[in-house]
Order: sequence, then C-alpha cells, then structure tokens
Amino acid sequence: MNTPTWLLAFGFILLGPLVGALLAGLDRRLTARMQSRQGPPLLQPIYDVLKLFEKDTLVVTGLQTLYLWGFLFFMVVSGFIIFLGGDLLLSVFALTVSGIFLCLAAYSTNSPYSNVGSSRELMLMMAYEPMLILVPLGFYLVADSFRVSDIVAGSPWQVLQLSGILIGFLFVLTIKLRKSPFDLSSSHHGHQELVKGITTDFSGSDLALVEIAHWYENTILLAWLYLFFAPLGLAVALPLAFVLFFAEVLVDNTHARLKWSSTLKASWLVTIVFGVTNLMLLPLMT
Amino acid sequence: MYSISFLIGFSLLAGFAVAASPDVETRSRRVRLSASVIALASVLLALFHLASGPEFFALSPGVLHVLDWMFTIGGVGLALVLLYFCRRIVAREWYIPVLVVLQTGLMLSAEFAEVTPEVAHPFYIDSFTVLMTLIVGVVGGLICIHAIRYMQDYHAHEKTVPNRQAAFYFMLFLFLASMFGIVFSNHLLWLFFFWEVTTLCSFWLIAYSGTDEAVRNGFRALGLNLIGGVSFAAAIAWLTFGPGLHTWELDQLIAAGSAMALIPAVLIAVAGLAKSAQLPFSSWLLGAMVAPTPVSALLHSSTMVKAGVFLLVKLSPVFYDTYAGLLLSLIGGVTFLVTSLVAVNQRNAKLVLAYSTIANLGLIVMCAGVGTAGAMWAAILLILFHAVAKALMFLAVGTTEHLIGSRDIEDMEGLVYRRPAMAAMMLVGILGMFLAPFGMLLSKYTSFQAFLSMDVMLGDGLMLATILAFGSAPTLFFWSKWMGKLVAMPRRLPPGTDPIPRDEAIALVSLTLITYVACALFPLADKVFVIPYTDYLGALGLIPVVAASIPWDNIAIMSLMLAGLFLMPLAFWLRPPRHAEVSGYLSGANVSGSASYRGAMGVERVVESRGYYLSGFIREDIMMRYGMLGAGVLIVVMVGGVAL
Repeated sequence: MNTPTWLLAFGFILLGPLVGALLAGLDRRLTARMQSRQGPPLLQPIYDVLKLFEKDTLVVTGLQTLYLWGFLFFMVVSGFIIFLGGDLLLSVFALTVSGIFLCLAAYSTNSPYSNVGSSRELMLMMAYEPMLILVPLGFYLVADSFRVSDIVAGSPWQVLQLSGILIGFLFVLTIKLRKSPFDLSSSHHGHQELVKGITTDFSGSDLALVEIAHWYENTILLAWLYLFFAPLGLAVALPLAFVLFFAEVLVDNTHARLKWSSTLKASWLVTIVFGVTNLMLLPLMT
Repeated sequence: MYSISFLIGFSLLAGFAVAASPDVETRSRRVRLSASVIALASVLLALFHLASGPEFFALSPGVLHVLDWMFTIGGVGLALVLLYFCRRIVAREWYIPVLVVLQTGLMLSAEFAEVTPEVAHPFYIDSFTVLMTLIVGVVGGLICIHAIRYMQDYHAHEKTVPNRQAAFYFMLFLFLASMFGIVFSNHLLWLFFFWEVTTLCSFWLIAYSGTDEAVRNGFRALGLNLIGGVSFAAAIAWLTFGPGLHTWELDQLIAAGSAMALIPAVLIAVAGLAKSAQLPFSSWLLGAMVAPTPVSALLHSSTMVKAGVFLLVKLSPVFYDTYAGLLLSLIGGVTFLVTSLVAVNQRNAKLVLAYSTIANLGLIVMCAGVGTAGAMWAAILLILFHAVAKALMFLAVGTTEHLIGSRDIEDMEGLVYRRPAMAAMMLVGILGMFLAPFGMLLSKYTSFQAFLSMDVMLGDGLMLATILAFGSAPTLFFWSKWMGKLVAMPRRLPPGTDPIPRDEAIALVSLTLITYVACALFPLADKVFVIPYTDYLGALGLIPVVAASIPWDNIAIMSLMLAGLFLMPLAFWLRPPRHAEVSGYLSGANVSGSASYRGAMGVERVVESRGYYLSGFIREDIMMRYGMLGAGVLIVVMVGGVAL
C-alpha cells in the first residue's frame, strides 16, 4: 500500500459524492432527452440536496437518523476499501451492511408504505446478493486474489474470461441503481402505488443523507464496472465503464416494473446461467 | 489431568447435589454456585493451556482397567435405562429398542473381543478442546443460571406440567459433564459412552413437559440419534475387527489419514451428522422446540449439536482431498441452502432460530469436509461465534416471551421502544449471527477462500462457494426482517414495566458482552485457539501447511466498522439531533398517531402491516422433502462409496 492509493481513498471520501452527483445529473439529462424533454441542469441533484438541508426535518422516531448515518457510514467504508486497493469481498460485505441500515431506517418509521418499501428492498437485496458475491469470486479465480490492487494489475484478458460475470453484474446493477424494471422498492414518482416506498417518511436533512449515500453508491458501482476493464488502462477502461453505466438509463426508460417474485427468479436465474456457468468454465479458458 | 477429572466429576456431583436439594431456595443457590464454579474452572483450564500444543495423558494400568470396567458397566446401564424409557413408545417407534440393542451388542462384542487395541492415552487437551471447554463451561453455565428463574415462571404458566425440576437440573449438569467427556476423551469407547449420555439427556429434556407431542418429539430425537449411535458403534467394531487400522484412539485414527481411516471416519461422520441435526436427520432439532427455552438454548448452542460438529472438525484431516469429504461438504451445503430458505417462512422466533442453527451447522459441516487449514479455521470460529450468539438469541427470546407473552416475531414489533434493554441484546445477537464486521462474516470470508482453493475434482469448490453465496442471501433476508420488527416505532404502545428477572439478566448481559468481545478480539481467539491446532495438524503432515491469514488492513477496516457500530449510537445518545417528531405517513388524516387514519368517506381505518413471509414462493414441505432426499442419497453414496 503506497501513497497514491491513500490519496485515492481519501479522494473518494471527499470527491466521491461529487462524481456520484454528476452521474445522477447526467442520468436525469439523458432520461429527459429520451423522453424529448429539455431536462434539468447537470448540477440539479446538488441543488436539490442543498435545498433539502434548509428544510425542516420531520421524523417519526429520532432513531431513524441514526440508522441513516449507519447507511452512509458503511457505504463510505465500502468505497474506501475499493479505492484503497483493498479486499473486494469485504467491500461487498460492507455494502450489504449499508443496505440493511437503509432498510432498518425505513422499518423504524413503521408506516405501511415504508414497511412495504423496505421489505421489497430486502427482497431485492436477496435477489442481487449472490451475483454480487460471485464477482469477487470470479476475480479471485482469475487474479488469485480478492484485492483490488491485484485485480487492477491483472491480465488484460480478464474481462473476456469473466464475460458471463460481467453480464450478470450488469443485470444486478439495474437493481442496485433502482432502475426500472427493478425499482419496486422506491418508485420514482410520488403518485404511484408505493408513494415513495422506502423513503416515504424521510424528509429534510434525513432525505439529503440518503441522496448523498446514493451518490457514493453511484461512484462505487462505476468503480466496480471499471475494475472489469482496469488492466486495459485508464484510457480504455473508463469510457467503457461510462458507456455501460449509462446503458442502464436506456434500460430504465424502456422497461415496465416487474413484480418481486419475477425479479427474484430472474436475477437468480441470470446469476446461475451467466455467473456460475462462467466460473465453472473458467478452468477451460486459461 | 486433574482439571479434566474435576470438570467431568464436579459437573456430575453438582447434578446430584442440585437434585438432592431440600427446597427451592437451596436448589437455586446450588445451581448458581455450581454453574459459576464450572464456568470459572473452564476459564482457568483455558488460561493454563493457553496457546499450547496438545497434551496427552496416560493412566496407570490399574486405573485404566477399573475405568474400562466402569465404562462398560455404564454403557450397559445406559442401554437398560434407554430400554426402560422405551416402555412408552408407540407401534411405529419399534425401531428404537432395536437400535439400542444393536448398538449395545456391537459395543460389547468389540469390548470383549479376543484381541483389543491398547489405549495409551485415554484423555487429551489441545487448543480446540480448550475452546470447546470454554463454550460448554461458560455458555452452558450461563444457560443453567438463566434456567433458575425461567423454570419457575414456566411452571407458574404451565400448570399441567408435572414439576420435575430436581431431575431437570440433574439432567442439565449431566449434559455438561458428558460434553466435557466428549471433548476430552481420546479413548473412542469412552467418547462413545459420553456421546450416548448426551443422547439420553436430550431425549429426557425434550420430553420434559410430558405432553404427547413432547414425548413423541423426544423419541424422534432419540431414534435419529441412535441411528448415528449405531453407525458410531459400527466404526468402533470396524476398528476392532476390521482389516487395516486397529486402534481405539482418536488421535491415532486421525493420524492414520484418509488412506487408512476413511471407512471408520465416514461411519463416525454419520453419527456427527445425526447429532448436529443435518438433513436428513434435522427433524429432531425442530421437534426439540417443545422443550423449555433453556433446553433449546443448551441443545442449540453449547452442547449436543456442537458435539456433532466438534467430532466432524476433529476428523476433518481424514476427509482432506477425498470424494467422501466432498460429499460430506455437499450434505452440509444442501442443509445450509434448504434450511436458510425455509427459515424465511417462519414467524415463530424459536423456529427461525432452529432453522438458522441447522443452516449454520451446515456451513460448519461444509468446512469440515474440505479439511484444509483455512476451512478448519473457519469452522472453529463458526463454532465459537455461533455458540455465543445463538445462546444469547434463545435466552433473549425466552425472556421476551415471558415479558410480552408471545414468541411470534410480529408481536415483537417496537421492542426497541417497549423493552430497550431486551431489544439491544437481541440486536447484538442478530448482528453477531450474520452481519459484518462480526465473526460469522469473517468465517464466511475464509470459507469462500478455502472452497476456491479446493482440489478434489473440477468445479468442486465452486459448487460449495455457489451454495454459500445463494444460501447467504435468504439468511440476510430473514434476519433483517426480524431486526426491522424490533426497531419499528410501535403503533400502539403496550406498557412493559416488569423488570427482567435478575438471574436472566445476568445470563443475558454476560452473553451480550461475550458476543461483542469475541468479535472485537477475534484475532486473539484465532491465535490462541485455532492456529496452534491447525499448526499441529500441519506439523504432523495431515493437512497442507498454509497459514490462513486475514491481511492486516482487513482487520483494521473491520475494527473500524466495529468501532463505528459502537461509537455512532454513543455519539447519538450524547447529542441527539432535535428533529420534530410526527406520526408516519398514512395517505390520509392520522387519527391516533400512526395507529389509524381517516380514509375515504370519513371512515376511521386501523393500520395493519406485516412482514413478508414467502410461503407461496418457498414451498416449505416440498423443499424439506427434496432436501432430505438429496442429503439422504448423498449419505448413502458417501458410506457406500467408501465401503466399496
């Protein structure tokens, strides 16, 4: 572990949310263009959050703020591990803990909407968790290490060896980014059946915390995508990661929402068909 | 040597002393005293054998001879006691006395064989044994203390159950004594005797209430464990009469390696699978729920099921790099996957805990079948963390049941506000069961690593890793769902003012602290209990010498997470943010807080919402049936394959 990785890791803590916010802004612009609208300015997510901080915060229970801080804390830890070049599997575990804290926050308010939202969120976690774990396992089999620093220094062919894993990961990425057809825990629109699902009872600075954590999450997921291509070098890997990241926006705008049972079945099926098969075939590819 | 005889002998004497108490007050005092002495003695034993290599103890021929006779007579006596209990069996349980006779016959024929192997070292201590002693002594002792008050309440609630508390405590202490016997015996025949005593104790304790359901479940536990017992006896008969390996010593058996010892090891493994409630034997542990909670806590955490996995992990080097080991891992894997999924459907807190125990033991069995240093490392730490956290969870559920009058998870809604102390302890227990940065997760991490470095056949480790990945997902779902209920703001605040009874509070608080400390100090546990053991096996050449190492920066980050989990609530408690509190959103005008709202047409509607139970999605009966079938086939293939 040398100085640049420390810089990267602390850079992530400071600039991670900014990158994530820009990604979110771009996402909204792209979505608007696909729907033939002008769309908000690129920095709109940041304006939104700044405004949220000025609003009164209403809570059902004081503890919900604590759980949301837990959500943010473990999200930052998860990204910190990656940018430090640390252990990818541990980073997945931290990401899981973070997700559970968000569910706890919503559960704690105990309104029926938050309740359904967090139950569905847990269901989604159950759906994507196996695939998310297979990704580090795949890297381990290729690079013989869970460590991000070793994966980055791996063979340029790893993305081809792990193409099934990449497909599986892109599938669960749609869930992770709460995109249609898998946005069943938090509908984007206030008038739909869930109101706002998991975030129904968060307001003001609490909601701002959720948004900031999501920015971190965007950056982390982009970093995961980058990892697949990382040995090809920054100039190739970063654009590729961006293209794939924004392909999710296209999916979002072209699909209707699925029910939870179909989501669970579909993601486990994809995990087995692409992820597990890829890993099983891996010894033949080297 | 003296410490061993003290632990076994004192537990037994304590049982008699408690049973002979003249009145309730004396009995409670004696239970408290004996349990404390046992716990203290275990800690002292651990301190004296800290991080040391194994020690084997020889006995003088005279003592050995006398003890041999005592164990033989004890074995026959045990069989007679079991046959005496069998007077209450129903027609379809005919196989139970048959199994008793069969196993006793096998044992006696081995003992009175013309040439019997010499036993040089009947007892031993190594660092894994020390860890087990701590688990049995400290966790088991705390459970006994918890039982004092719990059993009084239990009999106050259940008027129809005959009060047999004297015998009850005798059985608890006998259980602890025989557990100590199991972990210290190197003499396989003596080990087998203690093994069967735990079977007897569990049968009696499960059937304690005397209702028809309890008695039937008791007999089911007895029957299934006797199948394991017969298999164990067959292993001993093989070691006495069979070709090849000719020994009655556990360490010799392990040292013989897979080429020589695989057949007896597989037979003993079947006994271990039955005792640790793996599919297809798991129904006995689910039936054991009818027993009072301290019994469940004892069976699930520190005794019984841990005896099963203890022996499997002991035999683990024999399974290293064999197909039998892979099959054993797969049996554990099937169990882990099926029971994790089925646990999602359960509303009854004790059933959730029961399924999760079986699942966790499945994970330990998976590791035991792999047999590398890393896998054993994971298995031993899993045993530790599971024992502590599960005992805490069971006792907490028991106490909560007496406080709120229900063990339904839905009724635990808002426990954080209604009974903050209970909820905090349960949350620590749940976190300890599955979440980073606690111990379970660490073991999962190492298991993944160990599985991926397996080399029996193509795709073997990957199969196990996939099972682990898919099985962990439902685990996350049902634990988080439960936590969600605990942290929910209660809609109607039922009063909860009865204090937690003192004895129960002592046990619960201690276990909570132990869970936390065990997680914080796991690198120490690793150095003191696990590394000396795997190093020793490596030095004997039984397993490849690869240090299972967690990189230092991972440990640093895990400590950071643990600190965060501790400091954030603290900071919050010191400086709570001042936000305006309102009732939750109900898409109407709230009437009384979040409990009801005025909906369309001005009607007042009461709010109800429940957790997700996927009973339509996960078909419990079908899953369990296929799981049992699959695991049963795997066992047959394992035993049959080795025998051929």
